[in-house]
Amino acid sequence: MKINSPLEAYKYLPATNCGECGEQTCMAFAAHLIDRSKKLTECKPILEEKFAKKFKELQTLLAPEIREVEIGVGERAVKIGGDDVLYRHRLTFFNQTALAYDVWDTMPENEFVERVKKIDDFKKFYVGSFLTLNMVAVRCVSKDPKKFANAVKKVIENTDMPLILCSFDPAVLKAGLEVAKDKNPLLYAANKDNWQQVADLAIEYNVPVTLFSPDDLDTLKSLAVTFAKMGTEKLVLDPGTFPTGKDLKKTFTNFLKIRRAGIEGDKDIAYPIMAVPLTAWMTQDDVVSASYWETVVASIFTIKYGDVMIMHSLEGYALLPQLHIRDTIYTDPRKPVSVQPGMNKIGTPDKDSPVLVTTNFALTYYTVESDLASSKINCYLWAIDTDGLGVEAAVAGGQLTAAKIKKGIEDSGFDLKKDTTHNSIVLPGLAARLQGDLEDETGARILIGPADSGRLPGWMEKNWPPKPK
Amino acid sequence: MTKKTKLTDIASLFKDLNIESLDGVTIEGDIELNITGGGGLNPALAYALGQEISHISLHMANIGRILGYPVDQLFSQAPGMGVAGVTTPTKTTMQELLAAKFEVSPIKNWTNPIQEVTLGATSADGGSRKSTVTLGGENALPYYFDAEMPHRNYITMDVFDMPIGMAKAVKSNYEDVINDPAEWAKKVVRDFNADMVTIHLISTDPLIKDTSARDAAKVVEDVLQAVDVPIVIGGSGNPQKDPEVLEKAAEAASGERVLLASASLNLDYERIAKAAVDNGHVVLSWTQLEINAQKELNRKLMKQCNVPRDSIIMDPTTAALGYGLDYAYTNMERIRLAGLMGDDELTFPMSSGTTNAWGAREAWMVSSPLPQDSEWGAREYRGPIWEIITGLALSLAGNDLFMMMHPTSVQVIKEITQTLYGSIESKTVDISNWIGAEV
Repeated sequence: MKINSPLEAYKYLPATNCGECGEQTCMAFAAHLIDRSKKLTECKPILEEKFAKKFKELQTLLAPEIREVEIGVGERAVKIGGDDVLYRHRLTFFNQTALAYDVWDTMPENEFVERVKKIDDFKKFYVGSFLTLNMVAVRCVSKDPKKFANAVKKVIENTDMPLILCSFDPAVLKAGLEVAKDKNPLLYAANKDNWQQVADLAIEYNVPVTLFSPDDLDTLKSLAVTFAKMGTEKLVLDPGTFPTGKDLKKTFTNFLKIRRAGIEGDKDIAYPIMAVPLTAWMTQDDVVSASYWETVVASIFTIKYGDVMIMHSLEGYALLPQLHIRDTIYTDPRKPVSVQPGMNKIGTPDKDSPVLVTTNFALTYYTVESDLASSKINCYLWAIDTDGLGVEAAVAGGQLTAAKIKKGIEDSGFDLKKDTTHNSIVLPGLAARLQGDLEDETGARILIGPADSGRLPGWMEKNWPPKPK
Repeated sequence: MTKKTKLTDIASLFKDLNIESLDGVTIEGDIELNITGGGGLNPALAYALGQEISHISLHMANIGRILGYPVDQLFSQAPGMGVAGVTTPTKTTMQELLAAKFEVSPIKNWTNPIQEVTLGATSADGGSRKSTVTLGGENALPYYFDAEMPHRNYITMDVFDMPIGMAKAVKSNYEDVINDPAEWAKKVVRDFNADMVTIHLISTDPLIKDTSARDAAKVVEDVLQAVDVPIVIGGSGNPQKDPEVLEKAAEAASGERVLLASASLNLDYERIAKAAVDNGHVVLSWTQLEINAQKELNRKLMKQCNVPRDSIIMDPTTAALGYGLDYAYTNMERIRLAGLMGDDELTFPMSSGTTNAWGAREAWMVSSPLPQDSEWGAREYRGPIWEIITGLALSLAGNDLFMMMHPTSVQVIKEITQTLYGSIESKTVDISNWIGAEV
């Protein structure tokens, strides 16, 4: 983005404060344009003919430094690229790294379909939704266009996920494209030998294309400049993923260089970057070592600027950390992360089980939950809505009060007198000062838990069940 | 007077003139542009540039005008090259790749090196360690090409002064030594290649065993006898008891230049700082995911407690992958960037309690508690990689020292951090046709 203050964007807006975008003023809308939480097209008046020039100018100013490339069609289409910063705290990273997993055209049919479905189905629940994989990369191992086309067809029959068509042979790619031409697949790849034919295919079928130039950034840039000149900027850059040793360090350096040049304004190289951690499998013998190393390589390039990756391991122990590290890096640091307020059962609580409260700050909540679950403490745990603040800050700031705790418990339809035998609540140690208030509000007995939920097991031994007064 | 200018130099000239775009321009080879005294462009040259230059003639014309040359006159003399007629075709057929040179500049505002801190003292320095560990000294983000990274990452492995609850995958490695901290320490150095050992005096917590500070100090002595690597001494985390425990431990380890863990804002950090200064140790300055608190504590340690700059390491808190690692990562990255850009209150090496990764249920649970989840995979593989990825992320944010627990995690973190550091040779592999690889 070429501008960084709402005032600079405001100059181009109609300044009528019409409110059609949902904001009260054009200035407020301008602020959302700068933090990229709203799109310029949400301003209806500026789309009118008389503002055409201003619209175009502002759109150019607002365009992200790294081009955005869309792959696939429909609900599961992915966008990659679109970043404006080198460090997530400076804004946020946009468009999560798209994770593609491979199938190949020499696989037996039943294994092939099973693998596609596994990629399609994999999911892991996390903070209210599911983490999932994104794409299927079809590798041509047979060197046979017909076999490849057939494999592509089988993928399409079994999933709506976007595709990456992988071959250096233009005839193979063309065969795949014929089958997948309505699916906006990503071509992989043009290199210094086949670039003319692959460029023709990319332009003819109007699909995004990967440029592959292992450890040669001059040639990579040449390819990008040439393709742009020939008429397509739907490009993805693959500087080669060397999986080990000093070569891997070079790969790391190449990723840093490409993204830094792009963010700093070299438009010729400002495209999404692809990593292929799958190459880890070319140096490791057993499944566990290969899965581990692939995940390690993939994590590095999830953190440092990989926008799309092709991988192989579908082992749960590899997919989980990969999905989580991506979520970690792409979580918007400007928003406090919070969990759904309400009651959660830990284990299998009954009427004798304790009632604990904490806040809905995700980190706090999950820490407490994990401490309780790992110690096998059956209990009811309330996440009280504190606008996503931790206990200490919420008590100090008034987001965690006796009234809020009472309301939180009541909103869940829970009655301390009827649903428990003990009519008591365990407060976090850091909220001890709410004890008197909460006793008055609820009429229940209020126990003070430890300051750190890690000490709950020891605390429980000493204090539970509560001794009669 | 005749100036000779290589055409390749023109690109940079254009840049200085603030030209919006020179898409697709390549001027390569040995062609030279002669700019004679009056400033004229040889028509023969325009011809030589031919097709390639015509599509950017608008830009060229602008440059020409800026240079004071009557461009339009030239164009009017050249049939079919009228400026007004130039359009960008949607598709252009190319015979050759356009030449391009990739360039990127180093970061200019990383001007402040990170403080070097040495842990452990050999007999030459009044200690009994066989080796020392030096952290810090960076002039760039870790592993970046902008500046050589002076020291690799180091790993200190956890040892506890009593049996504690651990994930099964971790515990199985320590069952034979769980009641003997000295043997435990020996094992992590001998069998698991630990660079250092951390002895956690957790039994001193009044809510656990309330072991006396004096007895705890004896354990420290035992560990110092058992191994000859530098050590870290950790308290129980009880803010009332820790100052006393760490004082006694610091005295017992006097001269060994241990890392005392830790000083924090919610306990009497002055006592811990004094114990470190009096006995020649390093202080771990521990805060909870808050860069300003980290600045405050570091400032207090330096100004109020007179801890020398070479005796402070920071622990800005490690949250596990999936449980706040986003905060921990960005907090560390911000701290390191601030240090490199000149904030003297943050230019210290960093340490991570990477073991915290084992708190994540994904690391230790047999399987997902949620029926909707896909298979999580075997937990004996899930746990170590949870610790690995947590540590790896923080290594990229600038962390120098890792406190870890599982031998496999230690091995892999060493492998990858030393790979990025640049000290590991590559295995030969031809990735140019990875597509057809048998995997």
